[in-house]
Amino acid sequence: MFNDPPVSSQLQEYLDQNRERGREMLLPALLHTQKIHDFIPPASASAIGAALNVPLADIFGVIEFYSMLSSQPRAETSIRICTTPSCASQGSGELVLQTCQHLGVDIGEATRDGQYIVEEVECLGLCDHAPGVLVGDEMVGEATLEKIFIPGDHPRSQIYGDPLYLMARAGEIDPLSTEQFQEKGGFEGLKKVLRLPPEELIDMVTNSGLTGRGGAGFPTGLKWKSCAEVDRFPKYLVCNEDESEPGTFKDRALIEGDPFTIIEGMIIAAYAVGAGKGYLYIRGEYTHSHQVISQALEIAGREGFLGKDILGSGFDFEIELRSGAGAYICGEETALFESIEGKRGFPRVKPPFPTTHGLFNQPTVINNVETLANVALICKIGSEEYKKLGSEDSAGPRLFSISGDINLPGIYEITQPITLKDLIYEKAGGVRHGKELRAVLLGGAAGKFVAPDQLDVLLTTQGTREAGLSLGSGAVVVFDEDVDMKFVLHGLGHFFAHESCGKCYPCQLGTQRQAEILDRNLRGQALPGDIERLEDVIATMTDSSLCGLGQTAGSAIGSAIKICPEYFEIEEVSHG
Amino acid sequence: MAKDKTIQLTIDGKECRVPEGTTLLEAARSLDINIPVICLHEATTSEGLCRQCVVEVEGWGRLAPSCITPAEEGQVVLTESERVIRTRRTILEMLNASVDLSQSAALQAQMERYEVDPNRFPGAKKREREILDDNPFYIRDYSQCILCWRCVQACADDMQYTYALAIGGRGHDSHITTFFDVPIPESTCVFCGNCVGVCPTNALQGKTEYLLEKGLQHNEIRARRRQERQDKRRSS
Repeated sequence: MFNDPPVSSQLQEYLDQNRERGREMLLPALLHTQKIHDFIPPASASAIGAALNVPLADIFGVIEFYSMLSSQPRAETSIRICTTPSCASQGSGELVLQTCQHLGVDIGEATRDGQYIVEEVECLGLCDHAPGVLVGDEMVGEATLEKIFIPGDHPRSQIYGDPLYLMARAGEIDPLSTEQFQEKGGFEGLKKVLRLPPEELIDMVTNSGLTGRGGAGFPTGLKWKSCAEVDRFPKYLVCNEDESEPGTFKDRALIEGDPFTIIEGMIIAAYAVGAGKGYLYIRGEYTHSHQVISQALEIAGREGFLGKDILGSGFDFEIELRSGAGAYICGEETALFESIEGKRGFPRVKPPFPTTHGLFNQPTVINNVETLANVALICKIGSEEYKKLGSEDSAGPRLFSISGDINLPGIYEITQPITLKDLIYEKAGGVRHGKELRAVLLGGAAGKFVAPDQLDVLLTTQGTREAGLSLGSGAVVVFDEDVDMKFVLHGLGHFFAHESCGKCYPCQLGTQRQAEILDRNLRGQALPGDIERLEDVIATMTDSSLCGLGQTAGSAIGSAIKICPEYFEIEEVSHG
Repeated sequence: MAKDKTIQLTIDGKECRVPEGTTLLEAARSLDINIPVICLHEATTSEGLCRQCVVEVEGWGRLAPSCITPAEEGQVVLTESERVIRTRRTILEMLNASVDLSQSAALQAQMERYEVDPNRFPGAKKREREILDDNPFYIRDYSQCILCWRCVQACADDMQYTYALAIGGRGHDSHITTFFDVPIPESTCVFCGNCVGVCPTNALQGKTEYLLEKGLQHNEIRARRRQERQDKRRSS
């Protein structure tokens, strides 16, 4: 058999410590092993299976599911170059070629000395610093061949907005100082609501009109209420920081700049629904965020904000940090639960919904990072004040991540209804280098393209709905007249084909067929009938897929067919 | 839960009364309406994978997989609407482009029913793999595998509790595998045969049947088996 190093003492110790907890420790154990050996050797996988009581075949299935785990030796340092739209439009394709050429390897092939491997990766949340690269655990922004090998400072996002609520502290305080956090109003909301009966707290959040900021936009208060009403314990509170919608980086900036806000939001949400334990699931590629939040959790625990009898309220709550391992689908709430439970990230059939049958089949509330920051804000200023921000149907401040061919890329906190045109031209300085706008991708890969003549759309729930669009995660990617749109569409097709979990047929097969057609289109080899094929594939995925990934996998591409048919080679070859 | 509660709904214009908890698929069957299915098997857990059984429920935004959707009071259901037919035909066309369905009579019949163009997706990536013939009991021909998960489910909690099989890869590259892809005799397989029994195509096939189909006679197969046993004894 191939290279199979013996079980390291480090891993053995880790397994001895975590044996009792069983399968839910599978993904952490595998990530641990991956770090030690740069892959998962069979002997280690067997030891993990024996310790955590997981069938061996299942362990292999899990390894194969996650991009950051490998069953074969790879290389010491992975150079992961983002190829999703924001970075693709800023030359990441070229950078992949340059890096491979420099190292004398193909994509996915290790250098002979086993030092490096070059991989294409999905959105790293460095869209405003495109092209983005993850070198080992270090993030590199505005990456060039030189910067890949001599990484500099961790890239930070510019934050715009006046006044700032959600982003008021990020970048202004030491993110790991609870003192500075509290000087600027941190934990105020928590202190207020821990004195309230949970029902009143839920009413307050319901009354605030807050809707989820992860993409689906479900009313937060309603979600909490349906979980609080279930009389079954334990209950769980999960924070979804699997931010990976291409073009979105606001959650990363929040976690890195103001981690205690998220912890505060989690404690409040847990108190509201009666959850004693929380999980914070952070995507595997967000290595820096992981370090920050991990330290913040430790500090919060030490200073009495987590654990037993929080701030003398009698409420007990602890948070466990979990890392993803490279799977976009794990941002889907039920796939995220499966991942925490040590399984492949397959989304579950709904109903039942998480509020009654969530993590470990127990009642669970799962909220996005920005949603939880809003929760802390509502509790601090009250729902009446909060409602004055935003619009009637879209309450509260909202974060937009703007990237691409734009003068001032960054995170924009918007507190008054604004059109897409004003956001791009008034706030973000317009298209770079005085170029003409070609299209805007609103809502990420799962969103839609907006044509230059549609920019008057109001960026509210109602406004976007009327225009047949969706705010999604608030990602705004701007493309100028020079964009190779066929390349961007090809990239989107590749993205979904790579990230489909493979569970239901429409998405498993449809994302592949879609990618094949877009690949032909890029190469100028489109076949007669390709548009109809694509339309059938998209209709099938949208109408019949099991989860949100499949249901939106054709959304952006379908919108491009509508607004810019010239992006598609439609010259019909004569049948003669 | 009151077992005797019944639900009234309309399927393809016909009124129907079924016990609470009945799926739309079962309700339709009670009216002799034949909804096609691919992944569904009575002995394995329904995961709603193939979506071939989707139906249109009035007022719902998306099509509903009838095998796992419980009937609700007053529902109006269409089992062969234009949207439904488009989905079924496209799924079959996409599946046929990836997988060798030629030996599955049931799928061939569905393809005929929905007027599938067998060459709808030219240049499509096929899930090809050479036949795995690594044990005396069954062969694995994954170029015929439609990923219905039944073998994995039968090997695990639905029947045998043996856990020899798993799903590897992701998306279109998903495939059935073992621990580090080891040959079946090195896996935890106990050769119960349940996986072969539930396989809807010939992806898993009894070795004897496979050899007979290849044109071998029973006496030739017996001779081959004897030889294999002798070889094994000699090498061990």
